[in-house]
Amino acid sequence: MSTTDLLELFLRFLTLSLMAVGGAITLVPEMHRFVVDERSWLTDYEFTSSIALAQAAPGPNILFVTLIGWNAAGPLGALATTIGIMLPASILALHAHRWANHRADMPLVRAFRAGMIPITIGLLLATAWVLAEPNLSNPVLMLTSLAVAIITVRTKLNPLWLIAAGGLAGIVFGG
Amino acid sequence: MNDPESAAREPSLRTPDSPRALFSAFNRLALRGFGGVLPLAQRTLVEEERWLTNGEFVELLSLAQVLPGPNIGNLALMIGDRFFGLRGALAAYAGMFTAPLAIVLALALLYAGFADQPQVAAALRGMGAVSAGLIAAVALKALQSRMPDQIGWLMLCTTFVLVGLMRWPLVWVMLGLGALSVALVWRKEHRR
Repeated sequence: MSTTDLLELFLRFLTLSLMAVGGAITLVPEMHRFVVDERSWLTDYEFTSSIALAQAAPGPNILFVTLIGWNAAGPLGALATTIGIMLPASILALHAHRWANHRADMPLVRAFRAGMIPITIGLLLATAWVLAEPNLSNPVLMLTSLAVAIITVRTKLNPLWLIAAGGLAGIVFGG
Repeated sequence: MNDPESAAREPSLRTPDSPRALFSAFNRLALRGFGGVLPLAQRTLVEEERWLTNGEFVELLSLAQVLPGPNIGNLALMIGDRFFGLRGALAAYAGMFTAPLAIVLALALLYAGFADQPQVAAALRGMGAVSAGLIAAVALKALQSRMPDQIGWLMLCTTFVLVGLMRWPLVWVMLGLGALSVALVWRKEHRR
């Protein structure tokens, strides 16, 4: 990949960063269009496995962006996409937080905070649903999701045990 | 929402000793987060470290979600900034991303088509089911600390239906429904 290509990769992810409302995962179709369809820097398979791999590893799922960069152009590509996707959004988040904090008593800020809470909770439930839905035909896995929700609300059991049990349940019942 | 003033510091809350403490807590949180970090954030930050109340957590998460970028990265920046300013924000952010970045790159180097193996795929499926339950639990705990009023429930359910069931683009739901919800709260407050 040439230096101009690398720069273009960086600039494209820099602009995508500010569109990533709801997390970078919402940008997957757009990224696919650019790096796979338009530029052919990645194969379809490299693209999907980048996402699967990042989700299997511990840590924020946004790191799939790093793998896309890595597969497109090695270490420099990884640097370009990672910094590109993170920098503008981080600067904005920091400033927005400070702005809201200094005006915590402003009626509009208070209305914003109170008004957004039900939306946030609705989004969390929607995310849970999107993750659970592929298992709709598998009662054991659906019950697993339900049981995990109840156990987590009622007890202080370390989630790592639940995740390990889930992996096992998947191997036994999910194939 | 029934108690907007609960942001006042409660006696049982603690403060991180240093940016270093922020780094290590967020690092621990990130490394526990298989299949996403958000489900464990509430437990680590509210229940274990007790750096903020559940109500404050939901409020910060609300702000983190309407802003672009990874919710969890935004959350790390905001919590770090709240205690130690820019230094804290950078420490929390670095804690969140440094080790996972190294692991993901190491995995990429080792990667030899293991996602194709049926057992690995099945295990990932089971872990996905657990992630769903963990995220639902974060929502349920948020409800315990901030029970919405009637309008709040309407907004909550509409969000769930539009995003979860109908898969509308998130941006439009956020802008449309979010603005409506804020406007309704505003009107209610100013009628008093």
